[in-house]
Amino acid sequence: MQTTITVNGQARALDIDPRTTLLDALREHLRLTGSKKGCDHGQCGACTVLVNGVRINSCLSLAVMHDGDQVTTIEGVGTPEALHPVQTAFLTQDAYQCGYCTPGQICSTLGLLRELEAGVPSQETPAGARPVLSDAEIRERMSGNICRCSAYPQIVAAIRDAAGSMA
Amino acid sequence: MSSVHDWTPTNPVKENRSGLIGKPVDRYEGPLKVTGTAPYAYEVQTPSPPAYGVMVGATIATGRITGVDIAEAEATAGVLIVWTHLNAPTQAPRGTKVHPRSSAGSKPALENDRVTYFGQPVALVVGETLEAATAGAHRVKLTYAEDHPDVDFRARLDAAVSPVGEEDVEIGNFARGFTESPVQLDQTWHTPIQNHCQMEPCASTVWFEGGKCVAHTSVQMVKPAQHGLAETIGIPRDDVHLMTRYIGGGFGGKGQTYDDLVLAALAARALGRPVKVAFTRQQMMHGTIHRPATVMRVRLGAEKDGRLNAMSMMTWTHCHRDGNFTEHASNFSRALYAAPNRLTGHRLVKLDLPGAGPMRAPGEASGTLSLECAMDELAEQLGLDPVELRIRNEPPTDPENGRPFSMRQLVRCLREGAQMFGWDRRLPTPGLVRDGRWLVGMGMAAAIRGNFLLPAKCSFTVDADGVITVKQGMTDIGTGTYTVLAQIAAETLGVPLGQVRVEIGDSELPPAPGSGGQFGAATAGSAALAAGQNLRTAIAELATGDEASPLFGGRPVDVTFQDGLVAIGNRSEALAELIRRAAPEGLTVEGEIRPAADAREWSQQTYGAHYCEVGVDPVTGEVRVRRMLGVFAAGRILNAKTARSQLTGGMIWGVGSALTEGNAVDPRYGSLINQDLAQYLVPVQADIGDLEAIMLDEVDDKANPMGVKGVGELGNSGAGAAVANAIYNACGVRVRDYPITPDKLLAGLIARGL
Amino acid sequence: MRPFTYERATDAQSAVRAAVETPGARFIAGGTNLLDLMKLEIEQPQHLIDVGRLPMAGIESLADGGLRIGGAATNTAVASDPAVRARFPVLSEAIVAGGSPQLRNKASVAGNLMQRTRCAYFYDTAKPCNKRAPGSGCGALEGLNRNAAIFGASHACVATHPSDMAVALAALDARIETLTPSGESRSFTILDLHRLPGETPQIETHLIAGELITAVVLPPPPPGGQVYRKVRDRASYAGGLASVAVAGGQVALGMVAHKPWRAAEAEGALASGASPAEAIARELDGASTLGRNDFKVPLVARLVAAAIGEANGRGA
Repeated sequence: MQTTITVNGQARALDIDPRTTLLDALREHLRLTGSKKGCDHGQCGACTVLVNGVRINSCLSLAVMHDGDQVTTIEGVGTPEALHPVQTAFLTQDAYQCGYCTPGQICSTLGLLRELEAGVPSQETPAGARPVLSDAEIRERMSGNICRCSAYPQIVAAIRDAAGSMA
Repeated sequence: MSSVHDWTPTNPVKENRSGLIGKPVDRYEGPLKVTGTAPYAYEVQTPSPPAYGVMVGATIATGRITGVDIAEAEATAGVLIVWTHLNAPTQAPRGTKVHPRSSAGSKPALENDRVTYFGQPVALVVGETLEAATAGAHRVKLTYAEDHPDVDFRARLDAAVSPVGEEDVEIGNFARGFTESPVQLDQTWHTPIQNHCQMEPCASTVWFEGGKCVAHTSVQMVKPAQHGLAETIGIPRDDVHLMTRYIGGGFGGKGQTYDDLVLAALAARALGRPVKVAFTRQQMMHGTIHRPATVMRVRLGAEKDGRLNAMSMMTWTHCHRDGNFTEHASNFSRALYAAPNRLTGHRLVKLDLPGAGPMRAPGEASGTLSLECAMDELAEQLGLDPVELRIRNEPPTDPENGRPFSMRQLVRCLREGAQMFGWDRRLPTPGLVRDGRWLVGMGMAAAIRGNFLLPAKCSFTVDADGVITVKQGMTDIGTGTYTVLAQIAAETLGVPLGQVRVEIGDSELPPAPGSGGQFGAATAGSAALAAGQNLRTAIAELATGDEASPLFGGRPVDVTFQDGLVAIGNRSEALAELIRRAAPEGLTVEGEIRPAADAREWSQQTYGAHYCEVGVDPVTGEVRVRRMLGVFAAGRILNAKTARSQLTGGMIWGVGSALTEGNAVDPRYGSLINQDLAQYLVPVQADIGDLEAIMLDEVDDKANPMGVKGVGELGNSGAGAAVANAIYNACGVRVRDYPITPDKLLAGLIARGL
Repeated sequence: MRPFTYERATDAQSAVRAAVETPGARFIAGGTNLLDLMKLEIEQPQHLIDVGRLPMAGIESLADGGLRIGGAATNTAVASDPAVRARFPVLSEAIVAGGSPQLRNKASVAGNLMQRTRCAYFYDTAKPCNKRAPGSGCGALEGLNRNAAIFGASHACVATHPSDMAVALAALDARIETLTPSGESRSFTILDLHRLPGETPQIETHLIAGELITAVVLPPPPPGGQVYRKVRDRASYAGGLASVAVAGGQVALGMVAHKPWRAAEAEGALASGASPAEAIARELDGASTLGRNDFKVPLVARLVAAAIGEANGRGA
């Protein structure tokens, strides 16, 4: 099926099996292997990408559902030579170990910062209040990204650093 | 090297002139990981478009495959291969070692019609696309003659026997010592099956190139993977080039290869094109090893002042019908506390469950969940602070064999941890502290984990640009191997970190044992130090023998390496300049480490103390870890940043084992019921409050030439017990059947009238 | 997955028409549950009609003080909506107690209602399950049924509905608006959307083939405080052991039945002056357990009493 997805700012025309998930389209068709397959069922967050600026699990979406969408993957966030502030923060805070969940954590962080700005509540947000960037909010909002190496404290520190440097 | 005393009293790592050893430098491969450009096994660039393999798992636990219908699978659009045991390529019989020194024998896939565990790979479907292969895999129809699975561990404890070649260890007379003790504790704990749940499911990409098999896989140990694959598919070992450069978590579960590797190789050979095979998340639960369940009985007999008179820890556990793995959960207790009368041992029952095997801190991770809670209970019986009880039972030498400790700072960990954590604010009586809807409590536990050194090699090359390249068939599973090797190389040769390249995870590099048992950094690093020292010697000889060098005529032993310069006193030149002139092709040397013959004359362990504060909702039985501190003593720390991450990661594993992790077995089907990450609950961010790990200064000269020890498993040891003890302190309920989920806690809360 | 065809619907009328005219057709919006199940071939649609971009994602305030929420609105959009947070906080709280931010960003309101049980025996295709394979039996009945229903279960099925959002909607007396294949709109209470398992647990709702949920309509909030509480095995990103939504005197329970369970007995008792503990005890008189899920009875009793107390505090 003909589908055009703008990935990291570049329009990519694909002739793709309707069964192909957005994640597999990225990894196997566009060779953007930064988005990871940890569970393929929306249970780990390693596949997190931004679609039209919003973080989603790319494993639980079909590529054909994204015709016309803007997708940002980790490859569109920064490069080893030109890291994004969130990537720098993950590097300096050692907010990862094996690195497999890391692209998802970083894309999720970008989504989180945007959601906070938009006032999206979480279960840590007091009733009626605007959410703030507290440790409790970060922890709750990053709970859709499992890190089995368990770099959780370092990830919280990295997100605080990044939010500070991006402010 | 025959004695630890032969290790040179000074070496570049100990001198640490540039200060790189211990420094919290960022990960060497970090820029690749944070940008998603580090290729894991399924992601390597193949020379031509790959085909995709998907495995099919058995839907029974034990029995035989009696019928195979692959017609529909083969007719599925895009399917290239459908293999079962009936038509899979011939492989060497299991265990074959054509080469007598192979570190692993043949492990044939789709071996025969026998099914020995639920989820065992019984078919492979290869397709042009992943979608085609997956659809084909669903169309494979197998029929079985099912035997009744024998999987109910707790119902089969009576059948457990001592593992082959093992006997209980008794010192003194435990029974008498226990009976005569005025204060006694006799309790039993249960731990469930646990799964590694590495974020990267096992995966392999394989192709053939000029007769050679190029295999990328996700594995912790390189050589056994290379040898095992060669033996299985019947080619010379040197014709397998096996790589595992980036590994998405191991934790022991990738200490061996699985059928993805052999099947990818067989399919690549049959199709003449690259083939990729990965486990699905669901397949990982049954198809790879797990930490087996345990039942642990702990008996402690103490004097009224808290001194232990008798200590016993007996562990019942299980392994696969054809296996022999034992979860040695009692072993660590042999070195932990003084007691004149001691009895420890294990009982093993073989079941029709998937393979049991090592998982992060095998032994300690399970074992501390009982003994360290037993100590908490005993302290309460005695009216003694749990920290003080441990200090009163600190042994002067190894309590089992009388050997001196190479280095033991457990008491310092306990004391400093107590002070940093604010342990003095803990109320010994449970249930007295409330914060909103939460009852708040504190708990602590000791940590211990053995230390090992294994043989390893490493090569160092210096090129005409003065770049040092480290090569070693070692792995980095997130542990920091790349980084610490770079630090050792830079420190040894006196060059900046940016002048070092590290190549690991490759069977064609000097062999190292890989990652496991927290021996990685010490073992790989010691070989790297040896290589560095050998390269220093070679460079020193080159400089002092080169008429064009300002160092000419000097003594090689006087040459120093710092700031990219080689120098004797105030005579110096740039390392790059020397090599460009005197060895334009570069210099390569190897180094090697072997365990000292007398290493076992010392009892060698790493130690720590965990302190934890939890909240328990007395209405619902929910538990939250509010804060946690670990203080550790584990030899010289090579990198304060990566070591801390290892320790905090281990502590969080302890939280998981205390609160959420466990695979339940449905004995009717012989299978684990929770088969994915929605049902097997590892900790998430929100489960972890403020958590910190502190590393004490230490150098253990009996461990290895660098005085370093491992930290990868230490953080896990004892952490779960600290959580459990904190739960008790919060609400007065002891749950001895892990994980401590709300339903189990609720029963105790109700019984206490809460 | 089995091969299927895909179309993006241009309007609701043609979507429902296509749904009855194309064999094996299913609606998809977020897809977070449907694709999960399709990958395991538990769901095997032959045709997908993507309704995710239909203009039915709006959230509008109604003159009577109620709210109409489009069926394609994302869970995040609903939880974040100022009117929802101000007047229906229990709905916002329930939504953010479910899944993860990534899932909530994708999942639609209609899809949330239509999601299927997380029963382990439903998910493992090697096990019997009357819901997945009618007539094969219920693996959970005598199995590891810690998560099983305590209300309204049958010998054929003891599964629970996993939604958090639906529990709040049940407490709020929400109405479901649909479009039938014949092009007519229908409206009915959410309590009439889901079925109890009975002998046919594979049939989970009262929707007719091809019927599309277009909106959820909230009547004005009942007087009194609102609270959602969920108990689960970890702090976030996990299915519940039990949950409760309280909106004034209206109480609904989650993860205890094949549908969001409106606690009518408890409400009646509360209305006649019983204490929260007495009221929920009355409801739990009708519970039946299987062994491993026995704990749900005291858990629900304590949780609901605490939640009602909390709601009363908020409403005061």
